[in-house]
Amino acid sequence: MKPAPFDYVRAMHTDQALELLASAGDESKLLAGGQSLIPMLNFRLARPALLIDIGRIGELAYITRQDGTLRIGATTRQAQLERSKLVGEGWPLLARAIGWVAHPQIRSVGTVGGSVAHADPAAELPVACSVLEARMTVAGRSGKREISADDFFVTHLTSAIEADEMLLEIAIPAAPDGAGQSFVEYSRRHGDFALGGAAVVMPLDAEGRCAGVRITLMTAAPVPWRARTAEKLLEGSAPELAMLSAAAEAAASEINPTGDIHGDSSYRKALARTLCLQALTEAAATATPPNATGMDQ
Amino acid sequence: MTHSTITIEINDRAYSADVEPRRLLSDFIREDAGLTGTHVGCEHGVCGACTVQLDGAPVRSCLMLAIQADGRSVRTVEGLADDAGLHPLQQAFLDAHGLQCGYCTPGFLMSLEPYIRDADAISEQGIREAISGNICRCTGYQSIVDAVQLAAEKMRLQEDG
Repeated sequence: MKPAPFDYVRAMHTDQALELLASAGDESKLLAGGQSLIPMLNFRLARPALLIDIGRIGELAYITRQDGTLRIGATTRQAQLERSKLVGEGWPLLARAIGWVAHPQIRSVGTVGGSVAHADPAAELPVACSVLEARMTVAGRSGKREISADDFFVTHLTSAIEADEMLLEIAIPAAPDGAGQSFVEYSRRHGDFALGGAAVVMPLDAEGRCAGVRITLMTAAPVPWRARTAEKLLEGSAPELAMLSAAAEAAASEINPTGDIHGDSSYRKALARTLCLQALTEAAATATPPNATGMDQ
Repeated sequence: MTHSTITIEINDRAYSADVEPRRLLSDFIREDAGLTGTHVGCEHGVCGACTVQLDGAPVRSCLMLAIQADGRSVRTVEGLADDAGLHPLQQAFLDAHGLQCGYCTPGFLMSLEPYIRDADAISEQGIREAISGNICRCTGYQSIVDAVQLAAEKMRLQEDG
């Protein structure tokens, strides 16, 4: 339960971290808050030769809004996101999701970028990024690039960040005006890893029909799972219970979650259907057609 | 592996030691600083026994490298009592039977002290959220919740003078 030996270097600026990454290669690992990495080090599941500590890079700790998009620097602590008025008022789904992330003692140290880059499909922030169609900015030797959430999450604990790159920023567009939003999750005890979860963004057209609904399931697949068949099924329909049930059924029928000691595959599938319906129902209850919000379209 | 000399302020006193980068903050506190009030349970961030405060916020000392805390300020359970006696939270744990074996207690106290200090209003739900990351196998938690409510009440009375 003690880490294997490694070397350590602390970067105080992004450029310095990128230089260190470029020279260190595959044997190095970035350390931000360490709330996922250090357990893996303690278990010796990870044995990097070098840790590059980016946790004190102040220029990457920010939450701002620009042209209706929320921009979160990678080393922003999860507790800052939790306390942000900007997030609470403009990104209610994200605010709901962050409350489910582990415990206060973890959120005070854990970073937003660390959780996203860790790419655990059982984690809340990757699910929120998926359903809110976040874009991740990463930088490396060859410059910066932006990656959509769909392309970012590659498989279990694997993102599209290359070995010589690091995550700089997560940009989250606001949901369309009046869109219903929901984030639900179930775990045996609050703060434990989720057995299942679902997030929904439900915009309506002027006639109150679904127009561009997004559904992401948690812990359902090796990546946060966009339930596109279910999304298509709802397109153009009024969000009534029969329709929502059919969509939840369709979403659950597509997944084949891995079972473990906490719940077998069929249990998790049934739970995904229940939670998906719960999220859809809640989103439908809060959704308003665009002209009803008093905003010009 | 290279050693580094690091300095961490613990309970307003500076502790320096020459450590490997893999030295956990929990081990620095117990072995290098000799402050054994911080207990180590699971060493992977699940049990909460090792909770201390870093710059005032509760953190798991087993999920942080000592070198990450270099130059920063830590508060452990030894920093709660002062010359006048036990912290009101500690006294309330005693009075309301908020502990039996006591192994988890330092972690509970260090998780709860920021909550009781910062919360606008103390509620049972708020207390339970504050201790959601701490495991106690003796009390069943109810007497801990009672202790926090007792401490909050006493601290409020003290403030009102």
